[in-house]
Amino acid sequence: MEIGKRIAAVAVAGALFVGACGGSGSSAPPSVAGPGSVAPGSVGAGGNCVAGSIIAGGSTALQPLVDAAQKAYTTGCTGTTISVQPGGSGTGLTQVLSGGFQIGNSDIFAEEKLQPADASQLVDHQVVRQGWVMVTHKGVTGVTTLTSDQATQIWTGAVTNWKDVGGPDLPIVLIIRPASSGTRATFKRIVLGGKNEAAGTALTEDSNGAVQTAVSTTPGATSVVGFTFYQSNTATLNALQLDGVTASVDNMGNGTYKLQAIGHMYTKGAADGLSKALTDYMLSPTVQNGLVKTMFYAPIGTGPAATPPVVVGPSSPAPASPSPS
Amino acid sequence: MAATATIERGPIDRVMTVRERIDPARRITLMASAIVLLLVLLLLVFIGLNGVQIFTSSGIPFAAVFNTQWLPGDQFVPGEVSFGIFPFIAGTLGVMFVAALMATPLSVGLAIYMAEVAPRWARSITQPSMEVFVGIPSVVWGWLGITILVPFLSHNLAGIGFSLGFSWFAGSLVLALMILPTITSIAYDAITSVPAEMRGASVALGTTRWQTIRHVVIPAALGGIATAVVLGMMRAAGEALAVQMVIGNRPVMPTSLTQPLTTLTAQITLDMGNTVGGTPWNQVLWTMGLVLLLISFGFVLLVRRLSRSRQVP
Repeated sequence: MEIGKRIAAVAVAGALFVGACGGSGSSAPPSVAGPGSVAPGSVGAGGNCVAGSIIAGGSTALQPLVDAAQKAYTTGCTGTTISVQPGGSGTGLTQVLSGGFQIGNSDIFAEEKLQPADASQLVDHQVVRQGWVMVTHKGVTGVTTLTSDQATQIWTGAVTNWKDVGGPDLPIVLIIRPASSGTRATFKRIVLGGKNEAAGTALTEDSNGAVQTAVSTTPGATSVVGFTFYQSNTATLNALQLDGVTASVDNMGNGTYKLQAIGHMYTKGAADGLSKALTDYMLSPTVQNGLVKTMFYAPIGTGPAATPPVVVGPSSPAPASPSPS
Repeated sequence: MAATATIERGPIDRVMTVRERIDPARRITLMASAIVLLLVLLLLVFIGLNGVQIFTSSGIPFAAVFNTQWLPGDQFVPGEVSFGIFPFIAGTLGVMFVAALMATPLSVGLAIYMAEVAPRWARSITQPSMEVFVGIPSVVWGWLGITILVPFLSHNLAGIGFSLGFSWFAGSLVLALMILPTITSIAYDAITSVPAEMRGASVALGTTRWQTIRHVVIPAALGGIATAVVLGMMRAAGEALAVQMVIGNRPVMPTSLTQPLTTLTAQITLDMGNTVGGTPWNQVLWTMGLVLLLISFGFVLLVRRLSRSRQVP
């Protein structure tokens, strides 16, 4: 078994190496810079560093913003560590509930995912508006906009060729997220009116990277990605308007672009310490007028009012204010 | 008298010394086995208990889980929501068997070459290459698959049905490359453990090298080679990441090598982060894990049977 043992040793070493890389990539290193080393204006905490170590994790749509914000906040602070982890909205909600994360990032309201008794333990901090955009393979020419009805026909499998919506004679390849994803739930609720996607003829990919690769390499492919992600891949993806409205931060802010949702940061009970400092910082003008705009999110103060959607089911929680529609 | 007593005590002392040397070793090894055994048992109980929760605590009927329709929902609505796991089981088995079909001829051939044919210098190249092969992480295989293999299939072989690229074939090919070193190294060990006397006797009868390999070495090592293939298939069944990246994850029963499908591991990875513990949707993922464990048990039993038949007279 000599060769077998040696191979096993190499495999273990490889796994450890990858594990170590993955670990360091997903957690933020503690800042070591002294308070005096930072130029005025870029000091996130404004000199009032709250010491501590927290994990804010969940939604991958919200992750880039939270990560950028925590970097800005912890610059110049010693003893402050904020680690931002991906995993999905469901992970954010369940982990903050179980105490694994101090802040759970989510694209959806806790009431949509958790049992009412569990959801009521969480405190919602609505920090930003985030938008999603329908994208296609570069070869899908001539289609620049879809109405909600057309999108519904495509996503439910009623229309299977681009020529039926003004495009080339090319079969449509649907690329969807897993049924449990926050992105898919949001799209299904807002655009599809709750109808089921044609999962039996679609491809399923769960990460932004996998979706981008799949759409850019598969002729006729279409999918839904976050604004931030589309903006960094404009060379390989075509964006579609929804009901004639361009997917832009301005249109999201004024409410005309409807494929958008609130970015939530949930804490278990009221936020305190560093969790409170971070959620407050997310709402500060520094982030709302700075990072939010440069990263293609919209400030939370603009756009339509945010209330939990009515949850279908026997035990619908009562939202604080009446739900629209 | 005193001298005699010393002599009598001498051997006893030496026996005691040897025992003292053995006992810690026995204790350590016994403890290690007990810990591993306990871990395996706990794992079994844990996965077993979680795997049946969907039936016991959520009260979902068997028919809603053991069918071919994957239409999950946060709440179970009969007729509308279905947690059918057959597509995942069929996908796992299908991807695995085709991968084994692809990898076995290549890796057994390579093992025979390394053990019987290769000159020393060639072995000094192939052996480290195999080790490097094993060290390639599965995410890298998946990445290569999605950036090279999938576009290649959809661009060049669309005519024979690979219009998407993401397919059963792509998943099996990536897996075949991943299990190649596993099968090769175990088959190599099996072949080198065939006694040299058997080869010598064969050559003495005037056979060629090929005749010796074909009629003596391979039959003698067959049990070991079969074990190697089964262990490779076990690795294939458990692999998640690389496969998930290239199979398209379409929750339907597999129909064609050119079409997307899904596997147990791929679906568990896709859904585990986004489902809430205690819901039927989350519990069915545990059931899938249990099924995967049972599949791997089947293979362990198979390997044990094959190892028993390894000693060919």
